[in-house]
Amino acid sequence: MNGFYPIFKRELLAYFRSPVAYVFIIIFLAANAGCTFFLGNFYNSQQASLEIFFLFHPWLYLFLIPAVGMRLWAEERRTGTGELLLTFPVRLTTTVFAKFFAAWLFIGISLLLTFPMILTVNFLGSPDNGPIVTGYLGSFLMAGSYLAIASFTSALTKNQVISFILSVNICLVLVLLGWGVLSESLNAIFPVWISDFVSQFSFTTHFDAIRRGVVDLRDLIYFVSIIVIMLMLNVVVLESHKAS
Amino acid sequence: MIRVQALSKNFNNFQAVDQVSFEVQRGEVLGFLGPNGAGKSTTMKMLTCFIPPSSGTADICGFSILDNPLQVRAQIGYLPESAPSYDEMLVGEFLRFVGEIRGYSGKELQRRVSVVIEMTALGDVKDQMIETLSKGFRQRTSLAQALIHDPPVLILDEPTDGLDPNQKHEVRSLIKDMSEERTILISTHILEEVESVCTRAMIISAGKVVGYGTPDELMSQSLYRNSVTVSVNAADPTQLLKDFNELDFIYSVERVPEKRDGVITMRLYPQKKESIALQVEKYIFAQNMPIENFNVDRGRLDEVFRELTTTDQQ
Repeated sequence: MNGFYPIFKRELLAYFRSPVAYVFIIIFLAANAGCTFFLGNFYNSQQASLEIFFLFHPWLYLFLIPAVGMRLWAEERRTGTGELLLTFPVRLTTTVFAKFFAAWLFIGISLLLTFPMILTVNFLGSPDNGPIVTGYLGSFLMAGSYLAIASFTSALTKNQVISFILSVNICLVLVLLGWGVLSESLNAIFPVWISDFVSQFSFTTHFDAIRRGVVDLRDLIYFVSIIVIMLMLNVVVLESHKAS
Repeated sequence: MIRVQALSKNFNNFQAVDQVSFEVQRGEVLGFLGPNGAGKSTTMKMLTCFIPPSSGTADICGFSILDNPLQVRAQIGYLPESAPSYDEMLVGEFLRFVGEIRGYSGKELQRRVSVVIEMTALGDVKDQMIETLSKGFRQRTSLAQALIHDPPVLILDEPTDGLDPNQKHEVRSLIKDMSEERTILISTHILEEVESVCTRAMIISAGKVVGYGTPDELMSQSLYRNSVTVSVNAADPTQLLKDFNELDFIYSVERVPEKRDGVITMRLYPQKKESIALQVEKYIFAQNMPIENFNVDRGRLDEVFRELTTTDQQ
């Protein structure tokens, strides 16, 4: 893991050096609040819980996370710094993970900044804080999965816009697989196990369980394996770019 | 030291580098010459293990680029073409970052950063953001980055690109100073650079090596090798040219345009590119002609370069 820490640190600092980071955090917080209070009718629900807050995360992340991830490799290729970075005596896998973890931590920080939501529900009522904690954990893990996909698509191209569109689409598919409407239409034609099977590949299915306070090892494994698989693909893509 | 054996690279159907072999020993500076797109950068990218070769291999300080890419990279200080660096970082911070990646920390890291800042004269801008630097400072920041681990092998892709004449001179002296202890490969298309810093030069065109030798050996292939350009005061140019043409050590005489009144300038080409300076001098003295200028050409690298890189492409 030689070289992990300096690359991680540089990448994380790079976020805060550019105005993009602050713009992102503001949009992230505003979008979260907007969805929870307006779309989700938080006050009318009369519930002291963050269920509604977390409900929108798979949809919010669909656009916000690819926006963070699209620059990861595309930018390195565009500016030529990739040539410098990839000729240091550091394993490619280490570099890919270091950059990923920096971006993930940045998203984690943005997520933590939503803490006034926790204060709000605790002020308004006495919520069960267990599902709130697991909700945050699940949301963070899910964000990591989105990000790993965005990191992978970012390695495919030096154009950030293409990278963004690709990752939004891949993530959209993974969200929709667990969408109730899709399951119902599948159930109308096929046996139930088919829609169950299909929904097992979805972000929403696994996230829903965690945000309800049930931390099942299988859900954790799902997110972690998406991250690992996408990052390994990321490594493969970077290797093959070098070859051609 | 660098040993390259039949290194080739093709991108789809395009042969970028074709069976290139060479060696560079410690203390040598090999200049890599060639037109744009000749395969200089591609070769360097293979040596630094940025891209894998299609066939052939190379080893750097005994480590193979195919089997030990990490050890290879640890031996090399690499300045990529157009000197990429992270724009949002400060110069000193960027150098510390590279030092940390190279495995240094604490006092040792601090010391190495100061040393390279000193070597590349970056002291004035070390707290400045790289984005705000001029081309010359960027180039030097990138060079400093390549030196931080005091590498035994330096691979510099156009190290003086974008520098002004003074900065070029400084970078060249720096390369010369470092060359004793190191193995250096530089690419350039500035021919004077080859004469001033390289102990050996290699000309590559369309991926193939078309010329290899010391700068002097390459220059000896020039048409102008050992030609004498002489300006004399004489009344009758036609007769003068005729007289010179009849001398047996002279192959041909060419009249060079001249602005001064009453002065005739000629270029005298020797038989078989042998040295004729002394004979020409003796002849002119014997004729009692006043000499305005007398110049012996060692050969012209630009002409050799053009000859080798244009005939080959056809």
